[in-house]
Amino acid sequence: MSAAAAAERAARESYGRLLALLAARTRDVAAAEDALAEAFAAALTAWPRAGVPESPEAWLFAAAKRKLIDAARRATTAAEGQAQILRGIEEIEHDMAARDGPDRRLGLMFACAHPAIDPSVRTPLMLQAVLGLSAERIAAAFLLEPAAMSQRLVRAKKKIRESGVAFDVPSPDLWPSRMGAVLDAIYAAFTAGWADPLGADSERCGLAQEAIWLGRVLVSQAPEEPEALGLLALMLHLEARRPARRDATGGFVPLDQQDTALWEIDVQREAETLLRRASTHGRAGRYQLEAAIQSAHAERAKRGAPDWEAITLLYTALGELTGSPVARLNAAAALAQRDGAAAGHAAAEALGETYPALRAYQPYWALLADLSAKLGRTQAARAAYDEAIAREHDGAVIAFLAARRDAL
Amino acid sequence: MHYAILCYETADDFTRREDPVRVEGYRAAHATFLKALREAGVAATSVAGGAGLVAPHAATTLRKRGGAREVIDGPYSDIKEQLGGVYLIDVPDLDAALAWAERCPTASTGAVEVRPAMYAP
Repeated sequence: MSAAAAAERAARESYGRLLALLAARTRDVAAAEDALAEAFAAALTAWPRAGVPESPEAWLFAAAKRKLIDAARRATTAAEGQAQILRGIEEIEHDMAARDGPDRRLGLMFACAHPAIDPSVRTPLMLQAVLGLSAERIAAAFLLEPAAMSQRLVRAKKKIRESGVAFDVPSPDLWPSRMGAVLDAIYAAFTAGWADPLGADSERCGLAQEAIWLGRVLVSQAPEEPEALGLLALMLHLEARRPARRDATGGFVPLDQQDTALWEIDVQREAETLLRRASTHGRAGRYQLEAAIQSAHAERAKRGAPDWEAITLLYTALGELTGSPVARLNAAAALAQRDGAAAGHAAAEALGETYPALRAYQPYWALLADLSAKLGRTQAARAAYDEAIAREHDGAVIAFLAARRDAL
Repeated sequence: MHYAILCYETADDFTRREDPVRVEGYRAAHATFLKALREAGVAATSVAGGAGLVAPHAATTLRKRGGAREVIDGPYSDIKEQLGGVYLIDVPDLDAALAWAERCPTASTGAVEVRPAMYAP
C-alpha cells in the first residue's frame, strides 16, 4: 500500500478514535483537531521515506500528542489552562498504556449531541469530530456558506471546552434522553444526503454514506441499544433502494413503481438482521418502527406487494409515539392502500383540518391528488397537484407531479 | 471546574421573600440545597466572595417542570425574572453542575443559568 493510501485509510478508520482520545481529557476539540491534522501532514512526509509504520494509528497518536504538548507550551492561555492540558496529556498516556487504548468515540458523540450544544450544530459537529469532515464539505451538504458553518463549529467547540462538557458516556438515568439526541444528529446527516438521490451533488450523496458510517460506529460502541440498531437498519433499508429511486433519464420513480431488481438485496438483509437483533430487547422506539416500515415495503421484492396491513399499523404506532402529523399522514396513505382510496382520502382530509401545518407540506397535496384521481374527482385532483407542485423544490419530483396532473 | 448557578427568580419568588409566612418555605428550600452542596463537598470554598464569569456564550440554562428537565444552549434572559442569587460550586464537569442545578429550588419556579467561572487570575 502506498504511503498516501495508508494515510487515507488510517484517517478513515482512526480519525474519530484518535480525536476522542486526544480531546477527552482536555475537552479541547479544536486543539486536538489541529494536532491531528499536523500529525497526518507529518505522516505524508515521513511514511514515503521510512515506510508505513506497523501501527499507523499508534504512530499518528504519538505524533499528534507531541503536537498537542507543543501547542500547549506555546499557548498564551492562562497558566492553569496550560496545566490542565498537560495534566490531560498525562492521563491520555495512561489510557494509551493499556493495549490499543480505549475507544472513546461514544463519549465524543454524546458530547457533540449534548443538550448544552445548539441542536442545529450537533450534526455538523459530529461529522467533523468523529469523521474528520472539513467545514467546507459539511457546509456544502447543509447548503450554508463555508464561513458561516466554520463559525458555528468554532463556537460549539468553544462551548464544549469552556463550559466543561464531559466526554464521558452519561449515567444510565440520563441515557434515554441523551441517546435520542445522538440518534437524531446521525439521522439528520443521512437525510441531508438522502435529498440528493442521483448523487449529482457528490458532497450530499456522500453524506448518506458518512451517516451510515456514524451509525456503524454507534452500533459498535453501543451494541445493546435497540434504537441504535434500529437507526442503522432504517438507513440501510433506505440506502438499499437508492439505485431504484431515479430512472435512466434522472426522472423520479415513486417507491411503489421502483424496479425491485435494482434494490440491493445484501444491504436489505443486513438491515433485517439488525432489526431482528433490536427487537429482542423488547423496547420499541421511533427508529425501530421506521425501520420496520421500510422492511414491510421491502417485502414487495419477495411477495410482489408491500405488507400494507403492517405498514398501516406501524405508521399508526409511530404517530402515537411521536405525535408527528407526517407519520399520521403516512398512516392515511397506507390506509388508502389497505382499505381503499375513499377511506384514505377521508383520513387525509381530516388530518389537514387537525394539523393546518400539513397544508404547507408537498406530500399532503400529492396524496390528496392521487386519491382524488382514483375516486374520479379530476378537478379536485388537478387543483391538488398544483398545490403540491407549488411546494416542491426538487426538479425531478416537480416533473413527476406535473406529468401525473397532465395525464388526468 | 468552578461553576456559578445563577438563580433567576420569578416575581412570586421575590414576593415570597417579603411574606412572613411563605418566606419560611423559600428559605428552607434554599437552606436544604446549600446543606446538600456542603455535605457533598461541592460548595466552592476557594473563591470566597464571588467570581468573574465567562461570557454568556458559555452559558447553559436549565428548567425543571413536572419532573422533566429542559436544557438549552445559551444564557437565560427574560424580562419577568430577575437574578436573585448565585451559588458557586466546584464539580468535575457540566453534567455534574447541571445535576446540582436541577436540585436548586429556583429551577422549579424560575430558571437557573449555569456559567463556568473564569480561571483564577
